[in-house]
Amino acid sequence: MIKKLLQLVTLLAFTLTATANAAVGTLVIDGSTTVGPVAKTFAAYFTKKYGVRVTVSESGSGNGAKSLINGSCTIAAMSRAMKAAEIGAARSKGVNPVAHVVAYDGLAMVVHPANPVRSLTKAQISSIYRGIITNWREVGGPNARIVVIQRESNSGTEESFKELVAGKGIQITGNAETQSSNGSVKSRVSTTLSAIGFLGLGFVDRSVKVIAVNGVLPNVTTVKNGSYPVTRPLFFYTNGQPSGSVKQFLELPNTAEGKRMISELGFINR
Amino acid sequence: MAEESGGERNRTNAFVVSARKRTMQKLAKTAGEGMLFAVAAFVAVIVLFIFYFVARDAIPFFQIRGFSEFFTSTNWYPADQPAQFGALAIIYGSLMVTLGSALIAVPMGVAAAICLSDILPFSIRQYAKPVIEMLAAIPSVAFGFFALVVLAPLLQNNGGPLLMWAWWILVSPFLLLGVIVLSDLLTSNIRVQKRREQLHILYLILFGLLSISLLYKVGTALYGIQILTGTNALNVSIILSFMALPTIVSVSEDALQAVGRDIREGSYALGATRAETILKTILPAASSGILAAVILGIMRALGETMVVWMASGNSSHIPEPWFNYLEAIRTLTATIAGDMGEADQVTGSARFHVLFAMGLLLLVISFISNLISERIVVRQRKILSGQ
Repeated sequence: MIKKLLQLVTLLAFTLTATANAAVGTLVIDGSTTVGPVAKTFAAYFTKKYGVRVTVSESGSGNGAKSLINGSCTIAAMSRAMKAAEIGAARSKGVNPVAHVVAYDGLAMVVHPANPVRSLTKAQISSIYRGIITNWREVGGPNARIVVIQRESNSGTEESFKELVAGKGIQITGNAETQSSNGSVKSRVSTTLSAIGFLGLGFVDRSVKVIAVNGVLPNVTTVKNGSYPVTRPLFFYTNGQPSGSVKQFLELPNTAEGKRMISELGFINR
Repeated sequence: MAEESGGERNRTNAFVVSARKRTMQKLAKTAGEGMLFAVAAFVAVIVLFIFYFVARDAIPFFQIRGFSEFFTSTNWYPADQPAQFGALAIIYGSLMVTLGSALIAVPMGVAAAICLSDILPFSIRQYAKPVIEMLAAIPSVAFGFFALVVLAPLLQNNGGPLLMWAWWILVSPFLLLGVIVLSDLLTSNIRVQKRREQLHILYLILFGLLSISLLYKVGTALYGIQILTGTNALNVSIILSFMALPTIVSVSEDALQAVGRDIREGSYALGATRAETILKTILPAASSGILAAVILGIMRALGETMVVWMASGNSSHIPEPWFNYLEAIRTLTATIAGDMGEADQVTGSARFHVLFAMGLLLLVISFISNLISERIVVRQRKILSGQ
C-alpha cells in the first residue's frame, strides 16, 4: 500500500516537473490591443522559427501591466509607459519592470470618409473632446453634431491621447462614446457620418479618413522625424533583463525580418 | 386450518424486515435526506456568500466617498485626478434599457406564447417552440457583434423609415379597427330619431378621423428623424428584447399549458368564444406564471453585459430629453466590465470598490424584484384557489 502511494507520488512529481519544464518553453504576452498585431505576427514567426510556443492576449495596456505584476505573463505589451503607481506596485511585489521599445506609432485622428474636414489643430481636438465644440460647423464642416468616440479607461491609447492631444487632467465630455478596442473604434467611425475617433496608425485603412493635426498628416516620415505631434513609442515590458528565448523574442524588432513585419503592419521602426 | 394459518404466517413474514435491515434502511434514509438537504443548503449558502463578498468590497467605497455623490452626481471620471464617482447617469442608463427592452419583449413574448399555446395547431407548435428557444443559445457576443456591425449602421442610415415602419406595424390593428367601425357607421342606414344620438355618431366619426390623422402625423414625423449615432439605447433595447424573448415565451407558454384542458373546455361549454376564453379565463389563470416569465426576462436584460458594452455607446450622461432613446448611454454592467481591467487596489482604492458598489446595487435590484414577483405569485395563487 505504502509502496504504491510512493509510486503515485513520484509519478505525480514527474508529471509536474515535466509540465513546469514545458512552461519555460512558452512565452505569454498580454496587454495592449494596439501592440497586439505586432505581438501576434512576431509570435507566429517566432514559433515557426524556434519552435517556442507564444500565446498573445489583448486586454489593454493596464491589464498587461497588471498581468506582469501578478506574474501571469512573461511580456507585457503596452502602448504607453508604465505609470509611477504601477512601477511602485511592481517593486512591492518583487517585480522589476524593464521597458523595451518595439516600434513607434502615430495616433491618427480619424473621421468618416464623407466628412469634408481635413485638418484640426490640437486645441480644436481638445475642445471637441472636452465638449466645448459640439458641431462640425464650428471647425469648418457641415452642420452636424459631433459624435465623439474615445477608448475605455483601460486603454494605453486613451492615455496617450489625453497626454499628447487633449491635455493632461482634462475631463472628456460625458457625451463621448466609449469603445473597447482599436477595431471597434474604426468600425464605429467608418459607419457614423459625424464621428471622430483616434486609432493607432497601424489600424488605419481606407474605411476611415485620417485628418491632419496642426497641418501634419501622420506617415513614416512625419512620425520618425517627430513633426507629427501625436507620436508615441510602443513597449514590451519584462520582469528584469530578459534572457533565453524571451531575449531572442525581444531582439526581433532589430532584425531585418522584424523590421519588415513592423512596417507591413503600418507601424514605424525605431 | 393449519395450512391456512401457515400460509398466513408466510405472507406476513414476507413483509417483516429483520432488525439489521431496518436500521440499514433508516440510515440510508437519513443519509439520503441529509445529502439532499446539504445540496439545497449549499446553493443557498453560495447566494449568501456572493452577497457577502460583493458587499465586503462595496462597503469601503461608501466609507471613503459617502452615498450622495454616487447616487446624485452624473460626473463619472474614475481615472482622473481628482476622481469623480457620480453613477446616477449609469444607473439611469441601466433602468432605461431594461424598461425599453421590456416594452418590446413583454407584449411580443406574451402574444407569441398565447399564439403557441392556444392558436397554432400542435404540429406547428412542435417546431416553432424549439426554434424560439434556439435564440437563447446564441452567445451574447454574437448578438453584440450584430448590434454593432449590422443594426447600428442600419439605424444611422435608415433610422427614420425604419421607425416609421415599426410605428405602422404597431398601429395597423387599431387603424384597421377604426376603418371598419367608421365604414360600418357610414354605410349602415340606422334610423336615428333623436338629435343627441345623431350628434353622438358625428362626434364618433370626427374623433376617428382625428385619431387616424394623428397616427399618420406621428408616422411622417418619425420618417423625418435622423439618427446621429447607431450605438444607442434603442439599439441595445431591441437586441436585449430579442435575448429576453425566449425566456418569456418559453416560461409563459408553459404557464399557459399548465392551465389545463378542463378549464378551456369548461369555458367553451359555457358558450365563450376563443377570444373570451383566452382573455378572460386562461390569461388570468396563468397570470402568475406569466409574471414570473416577465420578471425572468427583465432580469436577463438588466444583467446582460456583453451586448451593452459593445452596442450602447457607453457614454455616461442622461439623454436630453430624458426619454430620448436615440442617444448613447452607459449601464452598470458595462461599466463593471469595462473598468475592471484598470481598477485594482494598487492604482486607487475607491476606483476598485466603486465597481463592487455597482455590483451590489445590481444584486439588490434583482433581489427586490424577485421578492416582489414571489409575493405577487403567492397572492395570485391564493386568489385563484378561492381563499
